Amino acid sequence: MSAPYAKLPAWADYGLIPLINLTVAFIVAGLVVLLIGENPLRAAVILVDGAIGRGQAIAYTLYYATSFIFTGLAVAVAFHCSLFNIGGEGQAYVGGLGVALVCLTFDSVLPWWLTFPLAILGAALFGAAWAFIPAYFQAKRGSHIVITTIMFNFIAASLMVYLLVEVLKPAGSQAPQTRTFLEGGQLPKLNWMLEAMGFAVRSAPLNVSFLLALVAAVLVWVLIWRTRLGYEIRMRGYSPKAARYAGVSEVRVIIVTMLISGALAGMMALNPVMGDQNRLQIDFVTGAGFVGIAVALMGRSHPAGIVPAAILFGMLYQGGAELAFEMPGISRDMIVIIQGLVILFAGALEHMFRPSLQALFASFSPQAVGAEAKQGEGA
Amino acid sequence: MAEAAIELKGISKNFGSVRANRDIDLKIAPGTIHGIIGENGAGKSTLMSILYGFYQADRGEIFVNGERAVIHASSDAIARGIGMVHQHFMLVHNFTVLENVILGAEGEPLLKTSIAKARSELERLERDYGLEVDPDAVIEDLPVGLQQRVEILKALFRGADILILDEPTGVLTPAEAEHLFRILRQLKDEGKTIVLITHKLREIMAVTDNVSVMRQGALVATRKTEETTVEELAELMVGRRVLLRVEKGDAHPGDFVLSVKNLTVEDMRGVKMVDDVSLGVRAGEIVGIAGVAGNGQTELLETITGMRKAVSGTVTLDGAPVELTGEADPTDLRRRGMAHVPEDRHNMGLVLPFEENENAILGYHWQDKYVNGPFLDIEAIRRDAQEKIEKYDIRPTDARLKTANFSGGNQQKIVLAREMEQDPKVLIVGQPTRGVDVGAIEFIHKRLIDMRDQGKAVLLVSVELDEIRSLSDRILVMFAGRIVGERGPDATEGELGLLMAGVEEKEAAE
Repeated sequence: MSAPYAKLPAWADYGLIPLINLTVAFIVAGLVVLLIGENPLRAAVILVDGAIGRGQAIAYTLYYATSFIFTGLAVAVAFHCSLFNIGGEGQAYVGGLGVALVCLTFDSVLPWWLTFPLAILGAALFGAAWAFIPAYFQAKRGSHIVITTIMFNFIAASLMVYLLVEVLKPAGSQAPQTRTFLEGGQLPKLNWMLEAMGFAVRSAPLNVSFLLALVAAVLVWVLIWRTRLGYEIRMRGYSPKAARYAGVSEVRVIIVTMLISGALAGMMALNPVMGDQNRLQIDFVTGAGFVGIAVALMGRSHPAGIVPAAILFGMLYQGGAELAFEMPGISRDMIVIIQGLVILFAGALEHMFRPSLQALFASFSPQAVGAEAKQGEGA
Repeated sequence: MAEAAIELKGISKNFGSVRANRDIDLKIAPGTIHGIIGENGAGKSTLMSILYGFYQADRGEIFVNGERAVIHASSDAIARGIGMVHQHFMLVHNFTVLENVILGAEGEPLLKTSIAKARSELERLERDYGLEVDPDAVIEDLPVGLQQRVEILKALFRGADILILDEPTGVLTPAEAEHLFRILRQLKDEGKTIVLITHKLREIMAVTDNVSVMRQGALVATRKTEETTVEELAELMVGRRVLLRVEKGDAHPGDFVLSVKNLTVEDMRGVKMVDDVSLGVRAGEIVGIAGVAGNGQTELLETITGMRKAVSGTVTLDGAPVELTGEADPTDLRRRGMAHVPEDRHNMGLVLPFEENENAILGYHWQDKYVNGPFLDIEAIRRDAQEKIEKYDIRPTDARLKTANFSGGNQQKIVLAREMEQDPKVLIVGQPTRGVDVGAIEFIHKRLIDMRDQGKAVLLVSVELDEIRSLSDRILVMFAGRIVGERGPDATEGELGLLMAGVEEKEAAE
């Protein structure tokens, strides 16, 4: 017995509901801040100001957002195929290897704008390769992708430590990292863009990979909603039985989807490795792969939602760092709690406020919403 | 006349803006069988759920035996002597009959005494109402008809004087249904009041004293059954005149297009689901497969369409074999002219969260007219979908609406439009009108006859015997995985019913 709920207008569905969820998350977070004896309003002001108050802050926020756009898109593409890729962390880590190998090889011979496409390719290939093994096991043997991808995060971490310590570290160096890339392996910063808009930026890591992330968002939209492959991915995601009936090879679509997902996660490495640190370091991903899950959930797996969600999480990262600095009572763990609350309300409890909102809308305009469910009768 | 057993006054219930029940007044006389009939989505189940305490009415009052009743939960309904037999049985499969009957009414923490008490009470009920079931039999070993008896016993055990049965014959053979009706009449003679919810007009005529018709959430009429006709009820249900019998001319069959030889299919446990089945379908004829659900029809269809692995046997489509490894490429079969309207419309034939136009190309999305290289030609797809919407009278006429928002009948038309417009050689149709409203059934039946007259070979599987009889040129009956008989279109219902129950089973004929 289904209880037919009224349909919400799109602006409420994609705008109002996330906003309500977010507000509730922040109210609860505020209560936690209150609990440890700090003023939640002051904390909120510091956080927002620290994230977008100055040009410098905005540049940092967008720098973090760049990574989250890539990993968010990676998770979203897999979601559309009903695959839960939580291996973005490992795929990005291995993707970094692809970037580093390209940069170390070509940085002395090619200008950055020639190294960049090669590095994109390297990042995508290595990320995709790391996603391929779990994908193959899922498609052929039914091994659950959640389990295998999370395992592969650990394997990636060990592999990279080994490679950095034993293979890639320059002789005589104490730090487990590659040598610094020369100019041909460094992405130009985008600070001029903010300065052109009148913001002052001293030095910030925002770089051209941010633009690449935006392009990737558009391409993912095209892929999912405008190509035959995307149609098959969504079909398999909604209904494996229907996909089977329609002649879509499940093995093929699972593997291809995971390759694309892994490639997007791998491309995240361009941002820190080639855009900021200019060398491959241990643990450079710093959780961006996992934040991607929250970003995809909050952005409802749509690029138009993922980009703002990624920027929001960029703000939490950047503003949170400021907050921890300004308010000694609040540690970085507090930021993790806020992020957790956002994930909880925006992702896991996404439908909590929906029924009451639908009832509210229905009482305002009974004809406007949900009426089509009845028109179809008795044709 | 005595106080009404149940009286509803002005019951209304909205789900969001969907008005599931609108201002319903209904009186059910004690000691009668009262039918409630209506199409899917007319609000029958909602109304009964309100009466049984699953939902609360937004407005209106309920009186039971003249007394105002507030029913917040099914326990309130049970306390008032209302019992419900659900369409999908609520039984624990690995419990015995007795254990199921006392479930939720155990009474004491230690089962020993309550079981002993329940056993004697159950025996009394079985004796009084002619509902014999072995109390120690395990549910999963019982045939469906007996499981339903257990459901009825459960309600009686809880002291029900008023029994609500929701679509009780959906899973029964004609003989089992007839037996159920005998039980219902006997219960009535013992003074029980029975409410029968159904969408089958024949059942209403066969067993009820009074009948109420629901349409789009409203109760549109109540009639004495003996004073009404099937035609009048159908018209009341749909809101316009309906052709119940399909008009069709003689078949002009040509050559065999689809041949199945000695096909055997096993399920995962190695149980034979299809057992040595051979059949053929010629161009320009409809071959109907009758049978109670679960006798191998689903497996047969899935194997013929290449989606399930066969143990042995062959399937030939237009002279060339169909791969039976379970790995056949459905696209290849479509290219060769096999169209398939699957039984499971919701999970297989359609992707419900898709827009209508996306479902209109499901399985044919590789065709040149729908793609530009790797890209979908969205314009062409939508235009094409809009044409089919008009041609097949699919409503609402919006190709961009989510498929889940279409009614069952219109969803089925989306599938039929897609498959029929491919101009196939063979059309394989499973349960074409399951969950489809009367108005759409008429349309779908006409289209199937059209296909036949255009020289297509049509293989039809349906559990609706009426549908098989009115559409088929030849009828095959399937029982326990085997084809147990072939009859012409003029076979009587009794004859087919006997075959459907397995001829050897004398119990069905008792």
